[in-house]
Amino acid sequence: MSNANQQAVAKYKNNFLKEVEANVEEGHWVKMCMQCGVCAGSCPLGPHWEHSPQKIFMMIRAGKREEVLGSDSMWMCTSCYNCIVRCPRKLPITHIMHGLANYSHRLGLAPKGQPTREIAKLFWDNLVKTGRVNELKFSLAMYFKDGFGQGVKNAMAMQGIGLGLMKAGRLNPMEIFGGHVCKDKSGVQKMIAKAREIEDRRKSLA
Amino acid sequence: MADNKFAAYICSGCGIGDKLNVGALEKIATKEGKMAVVKSHPFLCSTEGVDLIKNDIANDGVTHVCIAACSRRAKAEAFTFPETAVSRANLREGVLWVVAEGADHDEVRQEMAEDYVRMGCAEVKKMMSPAGNPDKAQSKRIMVVGGGMSGMTAALAAADAGYEVVLVEKTGKLGGFANNMLKRVPFNAPHAEAQPTGVEELAAKVTGNAKIKLHLNSTLTETAGAPGRFVAKIAQESGAVAEETVGAIVQATGFTTYPLDKLPELGGGQANVVDQAGLEAMAKAANGGAIKRADGKEVKSVVFVQCAGQRGSGGNGDGSHLEYCSGHCCATSIKQATYFKDANPDVDTVVMYQDLRVPGMGEDFYRSAQKKGVIFTKAKVNKVAGGDACKVEFKDLILDEDTATDADLVVLATGQVPVSGVNLDEWTTTVTAAESGDEAAKEKKSALQKISVLNLNYRQGPDMPQFKYGFADSHFICFPYETRRTGIYAAGPTRRPMDMFQAQEDATGAAMKAIQAVENATRGRAAHPRAWDLSFPKARLEGCTQCKRCTVECPFGAIDEDEKRFPVFNEQRCRRCGTCMGACPVRVISFENYSCDTVGSQIKAVNIPDEFEEKPRILILACENDAYPALDMAGLQRLTYSAYVRAIPVRCLGSVNTIWITDALNSGYDGVMMMGCKKGDDYQCHFVKGSEMAYYRMSKIGDTLKQLGLEPERVQTQEVAITDNAKVAKLIDDYVAQLNEMGPSPMKGFG
Repeated sequence: MSNANQQAVAKYKNNFLKEVEANVEEGHWVKMCMQCGVCAGSCPLGPHWEHSPQKIFMMIRAGKREEVLGSDSMWMCTSCYNCIVRCPRKLPITHIMHGLANYSHRLGLAPKGQPTREIAKLFWDNLVKTGRVNELKFSLAMYFKDGFGQGVKNAMAMQGIGLGLMKAGRLNPMEIFGGHVCKDKSGVQKMIAKAREIEDRRKSLA
Repeated sequence: MADNKFAAYICSGCGIGDKLNVGALEKIATKEGKMAVVKSHPFLCSTEGVDLIKNDIANDGVTHVCIAACSRRAKAEAFTFPETAVSRANLREGVLWVVAEGADHDEVRQEMAEDYVRMGCAEVKKMMSPAGNPDKAQSKRIMVVGGGMSGMTAALAAADAGYEVVLVEKTGKLGGFANNMLKRVPFNAPHAEAQPTGVEELAAKVTGNAKIKLHLNSTLTETAGAPGRFVAKIAQESGAVAEETVGAIVQATGFTTYPLDKLPELGGGQANVVDQAGLEAMAKAANGGAIKRADGKEVKSVVFVQCAGQRGSGGNGDGSHLEYCSGHCCATSIKQATYFKDANPDVDTVVMYQDLRVPGMGEDFYRSAQKKGVIFTKAKVNKVAGGDACKVEFKDLILDEDTATDADLVVLATGQVPVSGVNLDEWTTTVTAAESGDEAAKEKKSALQKISVLNLNYRQGPDMPQFKYGFADSHFICFPYETRRTGIYAAGPTRRPMDMFQAQEDATGAAMKAIQAVENATRGRAAHPRAWDLSFPKARLEGCTQCKRCTVECPFGAIDEDEKRFPVFNEQRCRRCGTCMGACPVRVISFENYSCDTVGSQIKAVNIPDEFEEKPRILILACENDAYPALDMAGLQRLTYSAYVRAIPVRCLGSVNTIWITDALNSGYDGVMMMGCKKGDDYQCHFVKGSEMAYYRMSKIGDTLKQLGLEPERVQTQEVAITDNAKVAKLIDDYVAQLNEMGPSPMKGFG
């Protein structure tokens, strides 16, 4: 159990709803759900995740902390905004789902190996290094995230597209060596670090 | 009768003159209809046309008028002539608009129109202009029974409209259930916070109103009479009996709560398990502060169990307890949860519901409670154990799991049980048994009399008839306040489960109906639905066989019996449906403008072609409330139906006397179709039991038909709603096709 998680458990004891309201982006909306199920019925990924938004909200109220924060549901959200548009109670459901994902990630409770989460992590790490996304390194990191053998297989499967991109001048193979960076790399990194610090302080996670 | 002068006026407007031979119709009216005056006019409902008729009435001594133009439902105001009997031959909606276009149909169209002219002339000859009930009632006072929110609202509404009110309240204090409440569900925008009940202000207004006479600590020991002349004996606590004469009665006797001890599975009767009324008392005691349990402990967590003992879902799952939803409980629980949240936001309040229903503006209130942190859990509660930490076992219906929670207090949202007096079915069987000497039944009878609200001295029993689940009979949509006791109107939760806002609305409505009733009664007119009607039933008692059918079948208890068992009509109670007329086997009951003769003569006036002409004749007896308008609407939409039918409007199918059926079949009609309103629990009959009665009577007619050598299918009874315009056209055409297959009636040529 991470330190932040231990603190959160101690602070909110059994009242998970209050914890969500205090720490999750738009979390104060959760209590306003009237359990109509329109979000669950509207989600294009509905059959592919563990709990619908409707259930997630009910679980929060029922105090099912570990189950909610360990759920893969919020990671499966594609931000299509169907649920927000249709919610008769005007809950910002997409934002709540992202807020929950962020919170569970910070507490170290997010499901391990969940592909969306992995991609997000790779993308972020890639970005903060240079201030630019290095597409070649990002793609390769993706291919090889499950080991070398699987990485080669993935790369072979995608080689046609890779070559095509190269021919069209959309992919520079030389990017593998360092790659291009933004003008003030360390400035960007400092900026991100500061933002992180502020956010952590705001969410009392520091 | 020597002074009677009959006149027929035929309108050739609206295209009647183009499609029909008006000259021929005039001849029919003169020769066959034997009308002294026959005139046609191109625009009869115009001022000029109406003046023509008025002039003949004023200067030519015309007393009876047959107007052959549009349906009797059209231009009714233009064609109303005081003290003149008027019949209407429906040439426009009944012929012109419903007979198919084209020269092929010219002959049948003209025949149909001619028959309607014959029928109109025949009818008017048997009619008299109704003079109104000479026994005009005098009292315009209104008695309100019950001094709760509904009763007080009704009393004030009537008093504000200028009527004297007598208010009878059983207890010593006005206010009823509202006296025990801290606040009420919001009824004003923004519908976010519970509002004061206002019961004390209302009671003060009632007490201070000079037009309202109060009888506290009083009950009714007898109510006799009829609209405009009810005499109520009011027993006071002291034993003294006051007598009040009133014109109409509003019964606003409210409800009681469903007994908690009937819900042991939900912890009923155990410590720290209360119903909503119980919580209301606790909240009132706390008066905005922290709510405390009976043992003095402050409540930190509370669970509300919705639908407890309601909707057939009391936990037994066997349809026991109340079968209905009481409508107010969801909003009430929301309100009570906010009592806790407003006093201390840290109190855990959970509302366990299966279907949260907040009618009116309740959604706003629901949202407001959610904002305050009231948790709503969709769950089915299976078991509640009382005690220090009440254990609530439930199934979470969203997460699909059985689980449990503890609470300091559990509130059961139990339902409303109407206070509507004696169940008349129970009463009738008890009285019958008591009359045959059964001692237990005698005791039961006096016990029943004690729970009676009105103690009516009607032969049908001491209270108004009950509908489903013991609520006072009323038609939810069409005539909510009307009961089957004319001049007595039900308001508030005695009529159907409801909250305070609805009850107050209801009370105002019932007060308005009561005002209509006294105004009509004092003018010698009928009450709803024939509120303008001056006719009333008259019985030729020398022909009466004392069979009691009229007294039994009258849906409104209007007819009593004298000591020789002759019927005694209470005209003010009568709604003029004619069910007594339809019931009478010796046909001694009639109205001045509606009788066995007025309809019978129309039936006989129709020209019946012989069997070789292959033109069947079908009689339609259509209820004037729904079926006849539907026929008119079919015409309005230019839906066509067979030109072989002849439709006669009747006041209610209940007024159909079997003599009309036998007369029609004897005179060679090929079939008779009756169209009336829906019967049964979800009835649409404007006289409640009329159409049911007609069905019952017709179910007995089959044997008679067989004896006559006729197929029972030649007489049909159909349910038609006012919106069924397409259906009536199809019903008619299908029936004509069916009769064609059956072949012509064997009775033709003998009539």
